[in-house]
Amino acid sequence: MNKTYYSQSHEYITVDGNIGYIGISDYAQRALGNVVYVDMPEEGDEIEAGEDFGAVESVKAASDLIAPVSGTVLEANELLVDNPRLINEDSMANWIIKIEIADPSQLDSLMDEDSYKVHCEAGH
Amino acid sequence: MNKKYYGKLIFELSRPGRRGYSLPQNNYDDVLHILPNNLLRDEAPKLPEVDEPTVVRHYTNMSTNNFGVDTGFYPLGSCTMKYNPKINEEMASLPAFKALHPFQPSATVQGALEAYYTLQSLLSEIGGMAEFTLNPYAGAHGELTGLMVIRAYHESRGDIKRDKVIIPDSAHGTNPASAAVAGLKVVEVKSLADGTVDVEALKALLDDTVAAVMMTNPNTVGIFESNIPKIAELVHGSGALLYYDGANLNPLLGVARPGDMGFDVMHINLHKTFSTPHGGGGPGAGPVGVRAGLEKFLPNPRVVKHTVEEENIFGLDFGTEKSPLSLGRISAWLGNFAVELRALSYILSLGCDGLKMAGPLATLNANYIKESLRDLYELPIDRVCKHEFVFDGLADKSTGITTLNVAKRLLDYGFHAPTIYFPLLFHESLMIEPTETESKETLDEFISVMRKIAYEAKESPEILKNAPLETPIRKPDDTSAALNPVVTYSGMPSSC
Repeated sequence: MNKTYYSQSHEYITVDGNIGYIGISDYAQRALGNVVYVDMPEEGDEIEAGEDFGAVESVKAASDLIAPVSGTVLEANELLVDNPRLINEDSMANWIIKIEIADPSQLDSLMDEDSYKVHCEAGH
Repeated sequence: MNKKYYGKLIFELSRPGRRGYSLPQNNYDDVLHILPNNLLRDEAPKLPEVDEPTVVRHYTNMSTNNFGVDTGFYPLGSCTMKYNPKINEEMASLPAFKALHPFQPSATVQGALEAYYTLQSLLSEIGGMAEFTLNPYAGAHGELTGLMVIRAYHESRGDIKRDKVIIPDSAHGTNPASAAVAGLKVVEVKSLADGTVDVEALKALLDDTVAAVMMTNPNTVGIFESNIPKIAELVHGSGALLYYDGANLNPLLGVARPGDMGFDVMHINLHKTFSTPHGGGGPGAGPVGVRAGLEKFLPNPRVVKHTVEEENIFGLDFGTEKSPLSLGRISAWLGNFAVELRALSYILSLGCDGLKMAGPLATLNANYIKESLRDLYELPIDRVCKHEFVFDGLADKSTGITTLNVAKRLLDYGFHAPTIYFPLLFHESLMIEPTETESKETLDEFISVMRKIAYEAKESPEILKNAPLETPIRKPDDTSAALNPVVTYSGMPSSC
């Protein structure tokens, strides 16, 4: 079964074998407000855990996207180019990039659903 | 507040053939024949055709839609919206300044060059720097120029691997963009809970790939970075330079100098600290100062002073041979000269003692508002602030009323909203900077309205969710404006 992990900076990664779907959490999309632009990497780009790989711009702020794990970009979600608001409609269904995970052990440092909930409630 | 909204475009008032001027007979038709064909228009430009009263009424009515420091209190944090004294306008409007042409021989513009030179020297004294250039057109342009100076300095030493700039999360918001435009990579350093930069975290980031650290002091949460001597020592120890963003210079004016704190390069926003107008995106001015040893990298042209037989003669130095390390031109001439004249007028009319009062009064005003509202608004950093401070929204979070709702409701009461959702350190940032030019009565009125809004949030939250109720335009659709901006006029409406 697919499992979803969360980072301190509010990205999620849903894991299916060695494939990961990265987006921003529902908490993050609510905090950002209406998303007007998503800056995404291209297919074939390498992303590195802890480094930014793009940005989300809303009417309130521009926020870097931080890679929860390292990997290679297999696909960027092209639907977001014309319709960035999909992130506000359902940020969990509308992932931003699909990657091949380089090192699955990096997932261990991320939070699961329950600990992420606690993280958000603490006001981080 | 004027509640009647005027919303026409000058193009909508256009009627074919209507004119507001008459030109004398042109006896020089032949001139067209000497111009190359590819430079001649095939058709007339599509300018609005209107009579003079229509033009005057149009722009006068437009101006009444505006909110500015001349119409009301404008506590926009980080922007230092102080009153712009009208004597500044008089000075900048003197025909001897206003009618100058940049190509005039230096001998005919000695007074203007002396004004530039005087302001440059005064800013050097105020900033504790060796030399200033007034050429950058705006604050962010100053940041870019300063970073270019820093890059030129590293390159001149053959040190070409420094491609990073460290910027605290409490720095002035334009810094990351300026660093990116300068081709440098931005690394963020976090603040501690007391609002100051985490020196240990900064230390861990400093290595031989760091070109500069950009600091804003006091920072955007209004806290003075008291560790600045230690930070300067660490930054210089790593071979990097320390950049001072002058966005928040106002509270330090005449009290403390960035140069004495160990900063190497700085910019000043004349439209903030030195009371020149904040235009709709311009014109501004972002003079850049450097410590001794970095002057040679400053841009050209420069105004230089020669003393011949006890008489000062001012000239322009384009410096191609004399200063091969100069950045060269970063602007067409000497910056926005009329803005510089306003700043000079401000400094000379306040004088040394007057300038020294600005910071303490701005600080007093900010702390007065902070202490008067802290029971109703959440104060995440509980210290004596400098010229500004940040609330993290309403103290009572159960009402669901956000900082945006509070800001919109303030418009109904005739106040400009503070800066909202910046800095990003807090979710509901409300950054308030009253400046020194406001009376106690104005501050009290603002405080009472902020208190009223906090009670409305509890008792009638629907009012706040629908605010503003009284403005001519209620809620602009900022999402659509960002996604589908319409920036050209597409023609006369068919009903005309």
